[in-house]
Amino acid sequence: MKKNKIEVKDLDLFYGDFHALKDVKVGIEEKVITSIIGPSGCGKSTLLRVLNRMNDLVEGIKITGSVKIDGQDVYSPNCDLVALRKQVGMVFQRPNPFPLSIYDNVIYGPRVHGEKDRDRLNALAEESLRSVLLFDELKDHLRDSALTLSLEQQQRLCIARLLAVCPEVILLDEPCSALDPYSTLKIEELLQTLKRDYTILIVTHNMQQAARASDFTFYMLLGEMIEYGETKQVFTSPQDPRTEEYITGRFG
Amino acid sequence: MDALRKTFEQELKDLEEQVMAMGITVMEMLKRAMQAYKKEDGKLIEEVIKLDDTVDKYNLEIETHCLQLLATQQPMARDLRFIASTMRIISDIERMGDYTVDVAKFARRLIGLPKLSFTNSIPEMGDLVMQMLKETLEALSTKDLGLIVKMIEDDNRVDAALRDMFDKVLSEIERNPKAAREAIYLLLMARYLERVADHITNVGERVHYSETGEMKELHA
Repeated sequence: MKKNKIEVKDLDLFYGDFHALKDVKVGIEEKVITSIIGPSGCGKSTLLRVLNRMNDLVEGIKITGSVKIDGQDVYSPNCDLVALRKQVGMVFQRPNPFPLSIYDNVIYGPRVHGEKDRDRLNALAEESLRSVLLFDELKDHLRDSALTLSLEQQQRLCIARLLAVCPEVILLDEPCSALDPYSTLKIEELLQTLKRDYTILIVTHNMQQAARASDFTFYMLLGEMIEYGETKQVFTSPQDPRTEEYITGRFG
Repeated sequence: MDALRKTFEQELKDLEEQVMAMGITVMEMLKRAMQAYKKEDGKLIEEVIKLDDTVDKYNLEIETHCLQLLATQQPMARDLRFIASTMRIISDIERMGDYTVDVAKFARRLIGLPKLSFTNSIPEMGDLVMQMLKETLEALSTKDLGLIVKMIEDDNRVDAALRDMFDKVLSEIERNPKAAREAIYLLLMARYLERVADHITNVGERVHYSETGEMKELHA
């Protein structure tokens, strides 16, 4: 059994009066892909954002309970937010490359974190682009604008941009919803290679994607964790009737 | 629930009805095979053989229906288990049909041959097997898993009846070698009935899996 990378305990989150996460408890193993599923507004993205404190600036937010990554509480006053965001990276629904060259996009993070050595930056750029299988395709176009790439390539580039800062956890919020089925499969294949080195959490509305691309599945409803288990078990024999209703399309 | 899923629910109900109809056809085949044996009625035997074509037709239709539902609905959880189980169940029912035809064909060979003292053991076994099939089809439609438990008990009785038949046939042949042909025909009929019972237990296992998600051998 692998050790837990992420440990969430008694987590409650309020947006003002709205109770968005209710007593969430879950341990996420390292180097596996966990999908978070559930109807719109159930708290999936909120939970994802808690993990690297992307919700901090939301007005009226109140969080209790603990969220630990490698045993360190991310909400403790000692938590170094810059280090946390480096450790836990995020990919969004629509690819969001910066209006810079492909190369500058990839090394943006390391530069911000103070890396100035040209050789080191070049090596990081190549390594990151290789990890997302873009290097061979783009090695002669690294100075072109990232905005000229296809959506799928842009999404890969955004993942490469994350990898360049050497994260440990990758959060993906519906990363394929803007992609066609073929590009979606290619991103899913990429996730399968990345999980050798990274702990991956993916929010998805696509049940087939959760079923084929993740090792564990987490079903949420109205801010509560209803079921968490191995994906193959959740999709063949869910334990909770509410999960059954959702994944068979009878609810949500 | 949206309209598309309502249609899907209806499709699943239709599928279940098709399986029931297929099972009831085999039940009818068994009933006629036993009557044919008791009455030495060649016409009933022909009916059994003909009904097997209907069973084969159901098999192909239902399998096609299952594949279409898998492709178009991408079912999950209970729905997935039901469709996957159905595909196994129909192949078991199809085999039951084939064995029932074998039983009927031996009933035909026995027409006009002398009756042995244990000739009634065959319809007794036939009744048990029909009882098992009835319990299993009822479990499929009512989801009452208690019926599966009862069916497994009946299967043990069928197995015991086959062993008993074997002993009787053996001593009959030792005592009266001239009756060997009839005795062996009876033994083969008993063996085919026992095979039908085994396929019924397979169906019971799939009904159990479909309902509970638990995959296990129920057969003792």
